[in-house]
Amino acid sequence: MNAIAQPINPARLVARQQKVLQDADWVRWGLVAIAVGFITLFICVPLGLVIFQAFSKGIAAYWSALSQPDTLSAIKLTLLTALVTVPLNTVFGVAAAWAITRFEFKGKSLLTTLIDLPFSVSPVISGLIFVLLFGAQGWFGEWLSAHDVKIIFAVPGIILATLFITFPFVARQLIPLMQEMGNQEEEAALSLGASGWRTFWSVTIPNIKWALLYGVLLCNARAMGEFGAVSVVSGHIRGLTNTLPLHVEVSYNDYDVVGAFAGASILAGLAIVTLILKTALEWRQANR
Amino acid sequence: MSILLSNISKKFGTFTALDNINLEIPEGELVALLGPSGCGKTTLLRIIAGLESADQGRVLLSGQDRTDHDVSQRGIGFVFQHYALFRHMTVFENVAFGLRVKPRSERPGEAVIRKKVHDLLNLVQLDWLHDRYPDQLSGGQRQRIALARALAVEPSVLLLDEPFGALDASVRKDLRQWLRNLHHDLNVTSIFVTHDQEEAMEVASQVVVLNHGQIEQQGAPGDIYDNPANAFVSRFIGQTNVFYLEEQDVDWLQTAGLSNAQRQGKVAHVRPHDIIIEKSLADGDDGFVTLKDWQHLGSLIRIELVKNGSNGGTASIYAEMPNDQFRRLHLSRGDKVDLRIRHAHWFH
Repeated sequence: MNAIAQPINPARLVARQQKVLQDADWVRWGLVAIAVGFITLFICVPLGLVIFQAFSKGIAAYWSALSQPDTLSAIKLTLLTALVTVPLNTVFGVAAAWAITRFEFKGKSLLTTLIDLPFSVSPVISGLIFVLLFGAQGWFGEWLSAHDVKIIFAVPGIILATLFITFPFVARQLIPLMQEMGNQEEEAALSLGASGWRTFWSVTIPNIKWALLYGVLLCNARAMGEFGAVSVVSGHIRGLTNTLPLHVEVSYNDYDVVGAFAGASILAGLAIVTLILKTALEWRQANR
Repeated sequence: MSILLSNISKKFGTFTALDNINLEIPEGELVALLGPSGCGKTTLLRIIAGLESADQGRVLLSGQDRTDHDVSQRGIGFVFQHYALFRHMTVFENVAFGLRVKPRSERPGEAVIRKKVHDLLNLVQLDWLHDRYPDQLSGGQRQRIALARALAVEPSVLLLDEPFGALDASVRKDLRQWLRNLHHDLNVTSIFVTHDQEEAMEVASQVVVLNHGQIEQQGAPGDIYDNPANAFVSRFIGQTNVFYLEEQDVDWLQTAGLSNAQRQGKVAHVRPHDIIIEKSLADGDDGFVTLKDWQHLGSLIRIELVKNGSNGGTASIYAEMPNDQFRRLHLSRGDKVDLRIRHAHWFH
């Protein structure tokens, strides 16, 4: 009789525990196949198609489609919109996150809810709001036309609509992080004699910078890609109020396949760059 | 620097956190603000620091009214319970922060900063960690870095909020002694908040007992223990047995030495070490206090006695005595014992 207890092999124990948590092979492979199939069918194929269609008549056609004046002006307008809205919403987002996480005031939960409003209403409605406010028949319409200010069917309307749509991104990224961090580090900096401004730049910003960058990135992607709200306020004036997404639609409706997909390829490329940067930021955050 | 608080009150909504606090702390003391959670001790510390503003009252540091000064202008050092080290800075940069943010005219040169930071890190015996980040340190190390950081600006008052609250018991014991020695060397007026009476007694030169936003008593640890001002302090500081003399069936206490002549109130508080027990020689029902159990507390034995009331209820009484003395009594569980009460505090 071998009465001496065998020492338990820890590796084997772990293996056994893992086995308990594992599903049958057909379940695993089935789920993987479904996920891969779905991604291929709904993401990779359309993306490939965009590239394929854009180059369907050769690189020269692609370039000439992109160098059309209307396309160039759409790209310019898209860049301008992003250039104005992203910095503004970065400042608004930091201010809102700061107010919500650092102060106690009446209506705080209302403000927190309102920040999400652009996410929860349809972009078309968001656009309509501005038409109702600033359009010819809108509340301020008369005053605006009397003073010769054009907002709707002009660049300011596009920027306003984009501002509204992209407002939540930065604040949404920062609020949970700043809530979790608390304000003791800032209090410590103040107690060491730092000014509020210095505390903000030396303590707050370094602590939130990755989340802030991530929010800015998402904000930028949406600012460049927004279609619904911008479509309502833009008026689709070629060469003047067409952003890149609108330009893609207009070209497609004109049976200009190469033009439409060339524009789409730029937006798709932007999305891919955003994803890569986002992944890099997440990796950076996790490995800090 | 001396600290004088006059008529400090603070409310959070309808909750009164501090109710008309008057407190004077002489220069160079190491003071414990002691009280149960929610008694307002942290709020009071934050008001002294300027991190919180009082609804009314004045804060005077060295005789100068600093009530309206910002936290950054008060010249205090504040140590947070959860350290609040700057997580994106090295230990060195954390300690240097207070020097780097000084206005240009007062800011020391880089060489002076380096020397000073390393001196401080040596003071807290952690210079070897200067290039680490806070999340690479243990709790006790972080707390010492936080202290070095607060000391870097040469504060005239050092304020510590539950400085040992988040630490392991053994680390806490070491750090208490260390803080006491450090204070002895630096002699900077210091206030720390704690809910642990043992910690307050062990570390502080003065203890301020707070309850429900009011100061119950202020004094040296020994004084407070020996002469508690009221029933709350007596219960909160150290162990105590509470006897309500208006209840029936308390004649036995007179036999035990609580005579009517000494009586100065309705309630008697008796410290465990003021109860002396002996094996009862009486037969029958005379010795109706029985020994239930005992525990070893190091050099002392804590003895749990049970008094059987005439109405069938029981009450526990605790006594303490040195180990060897207890052994000499040859007592075992269930024995009847006679009590003698040497001293009691009387309250109404």
